[in-house]
Amino acid sequence: MCGIIGVIDRQKQKMNGSGIKEALSLMNERGSGEGAGYAAYGIYPDFEDCYALHIFFDNLVEPKSKVDDIIQKWGRVVHQEEIPTKEQPNLKRSHVPWRYFFKPYTDLMTGSLTPDEDIVKYLVMEINSSTIEGALVFSSGKNMGVFKAAGWPEDVANFYKIDEYEGYIWLAHNRYPTNTPGWWGGAHPFNLLNWSVVHNGEITSYGTNQRYVESNGYQCTMYTDTEVVAYLFDLLGRHHELPSEIIVKAMAPPFWDEIDEMNDKERELNKAIRLTYGPALMNGPFAIVVATHDGIVGFTDRIKLRPLVVGEHGSRLYISSEEAAIRTMDPQVEDIHMPGAGEPVIGRVVT
Amino acid sequence: MEPVHIDARGLHYTPLNQQIRRAVSEGTTEIIVDNVLGQRFIADGLKGEVTIRINGVPGGDLGMFMNGPTCIVKGNCDHAPGNTMDSGKIVIHGSAGDAVAHSMRGGKVFVRDDIGYRGGIHMKEYGEDHKPILVIGGNACSFLGEYMAGGVIIVLGKSSNPFGGRGVGSGIHGGEIILRGELKERQLGVGAKITEFTEEDLEKISPYIEEFCGSFEIDPEKYLDTKYTKIVASSSRPFAGKYVWE
Amino acid sequence: MSLGSVPLKYRIQIDRQQCMQCMRCVYNCSYGVFREEDDGNILIDSRKCTACHRCISMCPRDAINLSEHPVDYRSHPLWTPQAREDVINQSRSGRIVLAGMGNAKDYPIIYDRLVLDACQVTNPSIDPLREPMELRTYLGQKPSKLDIRKQENGEIKLNTKLSPNLELQTPIMIGHMSYGAISLNAQLSLAKAAAKTGTYMGTGEGGLHKDIYPYQDNVIVQVASGRFGVDINYLDRGAAIEIKIGQGAKPGIGGHLPGEKVCTDVSCTRMIPAGSDAISPAPHHDIYSIEDLAQLVRGLKEATEWKKPVFVKIAAVHNVAAVAAGIARSSADAVVIDGFRGGTGAAPKVFRDNVGIPIEAAIASVDQKLNDQGIRNKVSVIASGGIRNSADIAKSIALGADAVYIGTAALISMGCRVCGNCYRGLCPWGIATQREDLVSRLDPEVESEHVANLIKSWTLELSELMGAAGINSIESLRGNRSRLRGYMLDEGTLDVLQVKPVGA
Repeated sequence: MCGIIGVIDRQKQKMNGSGIKEALSLMNERGSGEGAGYAAYGIYPDFEDCYALHIFFDNLVEPKSKVDDIIQKWGRVVHQEEIPTKEQPNLKRSHVPWRYFFKPYTDLMTGSLTPDEDIVKYLVMEINSSTIEGALVFSSGKNMGVFKAAGWPEDVANFYKIDEYEGYIWLAHNRYPTNTPGWWGGAHPFNLLNWSVVHNGEITSYGTNQRYVESNGYQCTMYTDTEVVAYLFDLLGRHHELPSEIIVKAMAPPFWDEIDEMNDKERELNKAIRLTYGPALMNGPFAIVVATHDGIVGFTDRIKLRPLVVGEHGSRLYISSEEAAIRTMDPQVEDIHMPGAGEPVIGRVVT
Repeated sequence: MEPVHIDARGLHYTPLNQQIRRAVSEGTTEIIVDNVLGQRFIADGLKGEVTIRINGVPGGDLGMFMNGPTCIVKGNCDHAPGNTMDSGKIVIHGSAGDAVAHSMRGGKVFVRDDIGYRGGIHMKEYGEDHKPILVIGGNACSFLGEYMAGGVIIVLGKSSNPFGGRGVGSGIHGGEIILRGELKERQLGVGAKITEFTEEDLEKISPYIEEFCGSFEIDPEKYLDTKYTKIVASSSRPFAGKYVWE
Repeated sequence: MSLGSVPLKYRIQIDRQQCMQCMRCVYNCSYGVFREEDDGNILIDSRKCTACHRCISMCPRDAINLSEHPVDYRSHPLWTPQAREDVINQSRSGRIVLAGMGNAKDYPIIYDRLVLDACQVTNPSIDPLREPMELRTYLGQKPSKLDIRKQENGEIKLNTKLSPNLELQTPIMIGHMSYGAISLNAQLSLAKAAAKTGTYMGTGEGGLHKDIYPYQDNVIVQVASGRFGVDINYLDRGAAIEIKIGQGAKPGIGGHLPGEKVCTDVSCTRMIPAGSDAISPAPHHDIYSIEDLAQLVRGLKEATEWKKPVFVKIAAVHNVAAVAAGIARSSADAVVIDGFRGGTGAAPKVFRDNVGIPIEAAIASVDQKLNDQGIRNKVSVIASGGIRNSADIAKSIALGADAVYIGTAALISMGCRVCGNCYRGLCPWGIATQREDLVSRLDPEVESEHVANLIKSWTLELSELMGAAGINSIESLRGNRSRLRGYMLDEGTLDVLQVKPVGA
């Protein structure tokens, strides 16, 4: 099952985490207490030019020294500390959550149009692969962070003191795992660089999607299908520079019989997308919300096997599995509607 | 008897339903539940002659397995209201999500606005008093009436073409789907066919339209004509020609 | 004389009480097994029997019985009857033993040790009858990314041009069986069936007969080393062009059509003298290295103005993945891999049974290599060689293929019983022969329906298998190894296939 919710304030007005914590807890019927997580954008204004690397350490001895080594080869650690937490009786502390505020040495990555991102991506893939045991990078974007663990939404929120963070975009997820038991790394949101993903459902095309991203230099290490969505967005969004509506069209395309009926220009475009990005097509039931620093995108699978509800109020756009969750956060929400299957719902920061 | 008031704020669905059942067993004929926000399974398996007014946004499966009561919702419904409902009535002053009236086998569900995908999926009927009726005032999405085996679905539509989706009546083998306006052949699902909507058909469904409009204080006149498309099963064994023995 | 004769391969017996002496067996058998005597008695010469089953299938009383190996040898695990008889044959003749059809050795079949997945609870299976199920397949080069820009007015502009691709309504195509190896009526049946089901059939290396021209939009023309029938007219008519480098039944050696099968019509279509053996040399004598192949690909594309996809067919051998990677860089649009169970009209038995690798391992390693090198989009991968049913097709796609070619299966749907005597040109079903009286037994109207039925039923089954796995678009099955599990496969093979063992 799983419950998801995302919100953006298009004018970058900040909200603290208490609202989304309430909304997520309302959806506890959709979860199983084995995982919950939050992502927030705009929360580190003092370090807004640094990549905030959130890492789970099994202990602060061996894994930390290995990570310190590799990170410092590739850039400067401006500041680092344990992520402040508050013990919760129902949450077992399996890892030490840590954060580095990191600036890569740009000239170390040659042959790339986005060297800083590629350095950070390289570090994430390296640390998360089996070469360094006991360390897992779970957030790697600028001026944003993911907070997640194995537990119920309120416990995870209180553990990380979510109420004390102020962000203009929030994502949250209440997990009922389908394939792996609850472990901190398996909770959502999944993140790479500025992309964060929350996902309700299961991806039957995972094997195909995984091969595609792996042949493009990503490594799937989290034993959870959702991970591949973050990498697909990074590949199609950052590397191929496709607009969000086109990325969604690649992942949840219209059917061939619908494409055959389109006008020439539309048909050519949709056919080109399906032929080129066939391995990125996602099958299986899903409702997904993806966030990046300038917007959020929500969409469902092409035959609408999972629910998704959208609401607006002033500068705020809400996307969630349930209307009741949105109303918990914002009782004055207006314009509640449900998008069509595969239809992207996009909320962008207004500049 | 005085109506019973229940404040559902912060209440989990199990204690809420317990309060509702207690009121019904004490002979109450009207219950008003306020501040509903996301509680699932309201009136689940409930029997009896009672009207429940729900103010707020109930969660999924409202009236699941319900057998007799009437629920009137001032707000939108979530997933599958009327799920496997046996008899009774649900009136929604708003819209509803996917799988509305899933497997319903009796009673009535009226939705003032739109519904999501797979509305009326698996609806079935048997005998005279087990014929479910689903009426939608707004629009419906794809796969309306999928696997339908009985009952009636009526979509009145806010514009003259209420149905822009595909797969209408996919796998239908009984019952009728009646859409206001026209439908293209390619929007039909497998095993469904379009037949003529006659004056006789209008006579049959007029009582439902009138009752529906009465619930929402709408004037029924504009809906009482023959500008409808009627969809039924093309055969009761649409897939017989697909298999062969070893 | 001193070697004596080898025992009967088959024994034919007629149940005389059932027999109504209609003489259909006499008329139908083209090998001379039956002879009618003056008194109406039927004499049987079992030694001539090839187990083609023509007589059995035509007998109205089911009165004919056939037994294989009616005479026992002393059993021996190493010196099987076949091994002994091959030695005797070669001692007598001093020659290479030829045989037909595919690998007849008892290797384990990898398809039969792979099982497919179905969805439950965590994922709904999809009903292909009631919800959309997409099997449409496009074969050809695909771009690695699209250049799509959003204009100022909000419009989306596509700047990338797509290469020509073939559009198939089902991932099943009919493989290349040449006119000469099979009859014109058989080829016509295959062409009609391809047109009926929205797929393609291959001409093989025998050229394109004019009777097939009406179906040319569903025909892939083959350019093999002998360049039979290859002229610009031929190239222009095909929907795509396939360069045949090798075939699974006989990797490393060329094609061989015995002179007996080269009648006037065949010789005209192939552009060689009648009655001469049609020999396709092993290599194309203008391709001695990978860069030469690229030249041929480009030569063909230039001749047809870059409007048609060009495929390259290779046999599955040990370094098939590396060869495929080279082909992917040569401007070719698809790599056709023929596994060691591929059929043939005639091949040296020792090659047919011992050279080459199984198609399952070949597809997996080609798909893996192309992915590792980031060039999987440059070619489509087509698998062939021993595809028997829709499960084999589903497994091939899950291992990485885009589509499959069927060969023997298409012949069986026209009557073939896989007796393996194709090279003799006496096929009583009218398939692997040019004798007019035999060829006329095959009615293309009827047989094309049969082949189309086969493709249709497999396509329906494939939809069901995909739906059960929760997939509604074939793109999502392609290369999806996680939907397969290996049962009783060794670790090394599982590793090559990148498939986990059952239970994992």
